[in-house]
Amino acid sequence: MDIYQGYGWVFWQGITITIAVALCTAPVAIVMGLLGAWGKLAKFRPANTIANVYTTVVRGVPELVLILIVYYGVTIFLQWALSELTGGEVLIDIDSFTAGVLTLGVIYGAFATEVFRGAFQAIPKGQIEAARSLGMSPFLTLRRIMMPQVWRFALPGLGNTWLVLLKATALMSVIQLEELMRWTDIGARNTKLPFTFYLTASFLYLGLTIISMALQHRAEKWANRGIRRISS
Amino acid sequence: MMESLDLLFADTRFAPVWNNLDRFLWGTLLTIEITALSVALGLVLALPLALARISANPLLRWPVYGYIFYFRGTPLLVQLFLVYYGSGQFRDFFEDIGVWRLLREPYFCAILTLTLNTAAYTAEILRGAIQAVPFGEVEAARAYGMSGFRLYRRIVLPKAIRMALPAYTNEVVFLFQATSLVSIITLMDLTGVGRVIISRSFRTFEVWFFVGAIYCAITYLMIWLFNKLEHRLSGHLRDRPAEGPKPAPAE
Repeated sequence: MDIYQGYGWVFWQGITITIAVALCTAPVAIVMGLLGAWGKLAKFRPANTIANVYTTVVRGVPELVLILIVYYGVTIFLQWALSELTGGEVLIDIDSFTAGVLTLGVIYGAFATEVFRGAFQAIPKGQIEAARSLGMSPFLTLRRIMMPQVWRFALPGLGNTWLVLLKATALMSVIQLEELMRWTDIGARNTKLPFTFYLTASFLYLGLTIISMALQHRAEKWANRGIRRISS
Repeated sequence: MMESLDLLFADTRFAPVWNNLDRFLWGTLLTIEITALSVALGLVLALPLALARISANPLLRWPVYGYIFYFRGTPLLVQLFLVYYGSGQFRDFFEDIGVWRLLREPYFCAILTLTLNTAAYTAEILRGAIQAVPFGEVEAARAYGMSGFRLYRRIVLPKAIRMALPAYTNEVVFLFQATSLVSIITLMDLTGVGRVIISRSFRTFEVWFFVGAIYCAITYLMIWLFNKLEHRLSGHLRDRPAEGPKPAPAE
């Protein structure tokens, strides 16, 4: 007997979109995070201010409200900007997938900013001085000395941010993105078995969390290879 | 005063916000009420859960571990829907035992879900803090003949609570912000009021800007208050202020 009464396929439909949104958001958030960390650490006042306002606002406002602000805000802003540029009325319609990725990217970029800031500050100053004294340019120092180590310091924080991001994709259903929650809703309505469907969806999210934690563990092991540690 | 302010706002893009300030006030109060209730109930639940989580008895430890893992590993929105919509699947059963009346109410479902959610996170924070209490202190207390409840009340919990406070501040802030999800199950909290006003005025950006500003202000007010509390609780760890009059600056 099929406990999903023939609607089991909705989970497959939904989870692929949920995974795709999360995977596409991660690079956006990482780029935003690196930019934000640069903004916070640069010896350039306006950059400091912009980066500080960015993280302060994102951490002070609920995700749901941010999603609605960014979703509608970005649409209105792009519409306005394009209209100004072209001199005519421009109507744009961002598809909900792109909008969702951009929205979550902006939000979780702020969390990644704090992670990267901490990671850059964890690199011993002496190494940077040594690199400069060997004649490396700031960019070469960044590429050869800092970036390889930043990942090691940033991985635990990025892993946590990823887990929160994964769960936050469920909120994308409010901007009409057809991810797991929305498809589950379709199944629940058609079968009148809301408990069965939402419970299954929750276990699918739990499964994604468990897989992510296992991958994070492996990634941390990889990033820390060759590092001596106290062990008992 | 009010009239001049009225002139200032009535014809601007923010008019929908200005004309509905009373609704926003009630929404904010509901948001605060839901946060306070869930935080209080969650804290009461969290302590026994944390103790069960570190218990030597596997029959106590594993179910609590599973509960904490489930609530921390799944989105709050799914948990909320599972309680609010999911309970409908067992309506006959809930009617028989007389709790359907409660589960039908979005307010009750919101408090129930948020409490269970924050209890899981808080229990994990408390567990970490309790296990971080130096074992030497427990040994010393045992040598003085303290055990069980008294050991926890006098030695373990005062230390653990201080250590847990920074992480707990974050949890309370997250819960406060997470209450915005209750608007999805039709409650008229701050976010819910914002949605309704937008559906009438179409001033999307202005309303969300205002709602976001209120959330932001309350968030940082809460962080400030918790920092004050932390400062108070850690007085014994700071240097004593210098006694007597300050030495006169050298001429």
